[in-house]
Amino acid sequence: MKSGRLSKWLISGPPLVYLLVLFAIPTLIMVVASFRFPGEFGGLAPLTFEDETGRHFDVTWENYARFFSDWLYTQLFVKSLAYAALTTVLCLVIAYPLGLLLARSPKGRRELLVLLVILPFWSNFLIRVYAWMIILGPNSVFVAALNAALGALSLGPVTLLYTPFAVVVGLVYVHLPFMVLPLYANLEKHDPTLLDAAQDLGANAWQRFWRVTFPLSLPGVFAGSALVFIPAFGIFAIPDILGGTGGIMIGNVIKQQFLDTRDWPFGSVLSMVLTVMAVGLAGLAAWFARRERL
Amino acid sequence: MRRSRALWTAAILGYVFLYLPLVVVVIYSFNNSVMNAQWVGFTLDWYRKLFANEEMLTAAGNSLLIGLLASFFSTVLGTMAGFAMYRYRLRVLPLLVVAPIAIPEILMGVSLLIFFVTINLTLGLISIVLAHIAFCIGFVALVVNARLAGMDESLVEAARDLGASPLQAFRLVTLPLIMPGVIAGALMAFTLSIDDFVITFFTAGTDTMTLPIKIYTMVKVTVTPEVNAVSTLLMLLTLVLIVIASKLSPGVLRGEAGGG
Repeated sequence: MKSGRLSKWLISGPPLVYLLVLFAIPTLIMVVASFRFPGEFGGLAPLTFEDETGRHFDVTWENYARFFSDWLYTQLFVKSLAYAALTTVLCLVIAYPLGLLLARSPKGRRELLVLLVILPFWSNFLIRVYAWMIILGPNSVFVAALNAALGALSLGPVTLLYTPFAVVVGLVYVHLPFMVLPLYANLEKHDPTLLDAAQDLGANAWQRFWRVTFPLSLPGVFAGSALVFIPAFGIFAIPDILGGTGGIMIGNVIKQQFLDTRDWPFGSVLSMVLTVMAVGLAGLAAWFARRERL
Repeated sequence: MRRSRALWTAAILGYVFLYLPLVVVVIYSFNNSVMNAQWVGFTLDWYRKLFANEEMLTAAGNSLLIGLLASFFSTVLGTMAGFAMYRYRLRVLPLLVVAPIAIPEILMGVSLLIFFVTINLTLGLISIVLAHIAFCIGFVALVVNARLAGMDESLVEAARDLGASPLQAFRLVTLPLIMPGVIAGALMAFTLSIDDFVITFFTAGTDTMTLPIKIYTMVKVTVTPEVNAVSTLLMLLTLVLIVIASKLSPGVLRGEAGGG
């Protein structure tokens, strides 16, 4: 028993300590930083100060007060929520047929089709975003063709790069596999005889989908939505590269607070709000998924 | 099996959407023009320029070094974590393993930035490696844990009955059995490390370049087709790693991406 406990600590100890030091403690430091004052030259002011009466903690609610008093930041959160929500819906619409195809294709071919969905996901994230810079850019042959077609309908030429549209396209593209895989994992488990039964009872293809397949797939829909929504919500590289000034999201402002303005306490406040919202929404999705399963 | 034409059409459009951007990048990497517009003619100039670009080569070297160090240490720590989670009833470790994967990446980036500055560690190669190990441990742990869950426990019991110590049983029975999972986890950690942009961006400081940071700078400042060439080479490298990983541990990539 003694040696069992020893080996338990020997095996779980090193990774535990590493993650405590390089994940848990940094997170706690960020929580504390959100209550501190910014330093004179950026970063953080000293945590404590000394006067006649002794040593005091130099902490404040000011950063949170600033967040709640300036509507600009709430608006940015709402805008980021909207982009992430739109991304989630579009991913669902594109991913559902793919998931169904994967789930209903013969076993031998399925492996390959699944691999083909995952493969682009493993190429570098920046490359996948950059590719849309080419496709949506002003020199693009695709945009030229689109504008020629629009011109034939006597509609004005459109600019696509550096717009919110480009941001959402990039967000959908990067997060699509996160929606396809949980959907596929769920759809694969469906009992095909249920659809046969529905057909025998006179349901057409449309009814079979909306009344059998879709309700049964809801746990997969919620899981996929959480996996798309949470990273999309906090992203900064995609709006940074594709968005221009009009397409910025809350992640861009956090990056700006840490690296450009160097107001770390306020950046920490924004990060805290982002974390609370992301974790809250993930919890909500998990709760929905569990309720649907019962 | 049930299959309708509409479903196939929609799914094929989905695949086109997934692959068109990558194909575009590869094609333009061979285009003899500074503009990513009309096809002018075939050239390998962009690749030649790439291999003459000092900064790019330094960045690639840094990425390789960081990837090797981060994947080595995260594989050791991640395998321990995966094994500990399989063998013992733990409360804190599973949470710490999953949390870095579950929260938005930017949060880990900024909190590590504050942490490194607080402990007075100069931002650079060391801080990047420490950060990469932290976010790779979880992925390795989950892959190894999944492999262990599929292992036949009676083999370990048999070894113990035949007089092997717990350590011997681990070294001679468990470890060889989970080795494909460990190697797949290591390759995954390596891929994640050389691909990482967000966490590196916050922990790199101003003087250290990695390949993704270099690509970001090029994309933000001046887009030249060299970006297409380096992107194509990176895609090729990732593809090779994936083929190796999936040969070693079939299904591991799919299981991982689904859970991550």
